[in-house]
Amino acid sequence: MLSINNLHANIEGKKILNGINLEVGTGEVHAIMGPNGSGKSTLASVLAGRDNYEVTEGSITYRDQDLMEMDPEIRAREGVFLAFQYPVEIPGVTNMYLLKAAINAVKKHRGLDELDAREFLKLIKEKAAMVEMKQEFLYRSVNEGFSGGEKKRNEILQMALLEPYLSILDETDSGLDIDALKIVAKGVNLIRSQERSMILVTHYQRLLDYIVPDYVHVLAGGKIIRSGGKELALELEEKGYGWIDELAAA
Amino acid sequence: MTTTDSDLAPHLKRDYKEGFITDIDSETLPPGLDEDVIRFISNKKNEPEWMLEWRLDGFRRWQEMTPPEWAHLHHPPVNFQEISYFSAPKQKPLLDSLDEVDPKLLETYEKLGIPIDEQKMLAGVKVAVDAVFDSVSVATTFKKTLLEAGVIFCPISEALQEYPELVKQYLGSVVPATDNYYAALNSAVFSDGSFVFIPQGVRCPMELSTYFRINEMNTGQFERTLIVAEDDSYVSYLEGCTAPMRDENQLHAAVVELVAMKGAEIKYSTVQNWYPGDENGKGGIYNFVTKRGACRGQGAKISWTQVETGSAITWKYPSVLLEGDDSVGEFYSVALTNNYQQADTGTKMIHIGKNSKSTIISKGISAGRGQNAYRGLVKILKGAENARNYSQCDSLLMGDKCGAHTFPYMEVKNPSAVVEHEATTSRIGEDQLFYCRQRGMSEEDAVSMIVNGFCKEVFKELPMEFAVEAQKLLGISLEGSVG
Repeated sequence: MLSINNLHANIEGKKILNGINLEVGTGEVHAIMGPNGSGKSTLASVLAGRDNYEVTEGSITYRDQDLMEMDPEIRAREGVFLAFQYPVEIPGVTNMYLLKAAINAVKKHRGLDELDAREFLKLIKEKAAMVEMKQEFLYRSVNEGFSGGEKKRNEILQMALLEPYLSILDETDSGLDIDALKIVAKGVNLIRSQERSMILVTHYQRLLDYIVPDYVHVLAGGKIIRSGGKELALELEEKGYGWIDELAAA
Repeated sequence: MTTTDSDLAPHLKRDYKEGFITDIDSETLPPGLDEDVIRFISNKKNEPEWMLEWRLDGFRRWQEMTPPEWAHLHHPPVNFQEISYFSAPKQKPLLDSLDEVDPKLLETYEKLGIPIDEQKMLAGVKVAVDAVFDSVSVATTFKKTLLEAGVIFCPISEALQEYPELVKQYLGSVVPATDNYYAALNSAVFSDGSFVFIPQGVRCPMELSTYFRINEMNTGQFERTLIVAEDDSYVSYLEGCTAPMRDENQLHAAVVELVAMKGAEIKYSTVQNWYPGDENGKGGIYNFVTKRGACRGQGAKISWTQVETGSAITWKYPSVLLEGDDSVGEFYSVALTNNYQQADTGTKMIHIGKNSKSTIISKGISAGRGQNAYRGLVKILKGAENARNYSQCDSLLMGDKCGAHTFPYMEVKNPSAVVEHEATTSRIGEDQLFYCRQRGMSEEDAVSMIVNGFCKEVFKELPMEFAVEAQKLLGISLEGSVG
């Protein structure tokens, strides 16, 4: 699904990613953990194609294609989805409109028929129920006046609708209370399948109680310094990020 | 984070498809302005003596005045002696039949998508059109149908022949000849425009519209529109305008007067698409317009909606005099300035009657090196017990070389008044664009969607067909049927 090879990236000349290597197989869920400033969110942004990052070295192969060659919208249409840490507000544009534009952009790209209003409505109601989102949120402006939890749930709704091959969840758990976290996790678990891969970027182990990863990677100083199974997250939780510094120094 | 001009530039370019020139034989006065020119125009239109005197009075007042300099606009002074004040296609059509209209004119309107052939109009979307070409009206549709309902809709030059007393009673009653520099000039030289009269209790059976076209070179357009709605009547009126692409700046100085009597409602919508000049700021229309309505009776309502996308310079403040108790004034505006366009636009709401209410929603969009100013006055006079005003002015900046400015003025002389003003300025952020692109939308579609969302409160006030045109004009794909 995804193969990251010796990835180096800068932002405004400052080195953030320092040689990342990562293989994500089809159907796998990988968690990437690390302290603040370790480069977790940068990795998510680089994968999605944000252009204020400069990739200086390395390569990314996604489903046998060179990901770096694709514009952000092409990546999206090819099935790369980023659930944002801070979803933006778009005043005056209904959630419904954005969602319909998004799914039809994907369908068109893949040579499929675009959904008409009725088909779309049926589908979106189904998906909204999946993430326990009230229908009124569909008719409100994108993320405007949404609480933190509602914004994150809206991201998961978009993910459920677009059915991406590779989902990257950037700190989706941040700012959520335990009930909201459970709803988000439930939605993610419903989407999880043998055909889809996921990368969970998180600071805390808490999320991984609800979405159990196949692999855990620890990121520090722009490098993966340790990889393991789900038990690595527990070890990290127990020993704290101070332990990371020791590992990095070693 | 903000986007830079180079990111947005490819999406802001638009072709001005209305920029063609109609090759037609015209009778055009040589440039220059003096009393003889005014006598010529008045004589050409076979006007009554009082009309000529009114024009000459306006001209004399104008000569004593100086152009206003308070607006946030920069342009070289206009040389009024270099402009021609009258131009008309030579073959004067008989106004009752389109068969008499020069085919070149018919073709022009067809190209512009303006329906002036009644037969060809689709059922259900009937709009009566008065088509003004340079200085004259060349066709007015559905006049008979409207007359059966008691509605008068005709060129003002014709109204001066057919209904001189009505014109005399109301002309200049809202915007006097001495009101301002450009209104005085218009009073002296106005050539045509539309006249609308809705009798008591009549709901006008269709939308009325005037389509203004400037064609001739070095010609100014000075139209005058007068709409009178008697007690408890209703009319919705639309105004559209375009001009060829020319390297010289051309002057458009119009006056629109609205009179709404007791319980009457006038809804006036404009989609202004005059040639804006090229991307280096060469050419384009100077648009100096005075628009004002008077709510003369209890419960009268006047609503202005404008979408201003064209012109090199826009100087325009559609206003409402809220004379009647419980009268209502509304102003909804979208003004877009791109490249070197400048707009100084807004409104005046003058509260005189008790419980009078006004709403102002202004959306300014600046791109390229565009400069966009909102200028508004809310005045509550002493007797305007319990007057209410709500103003909202939002500015959207695209790129880093444009400007947005807000000049709200308030004068409140009655302590029971409630006046609210809100203003915001935002940029189309890289964050918003990236978010939309990450969901699979092209950058172009994302810009359109965000701008469309920003203007939504104004677009929803426009009649359906106009709203569609307005969205297209801003380069916006139509919103789907959901949402």
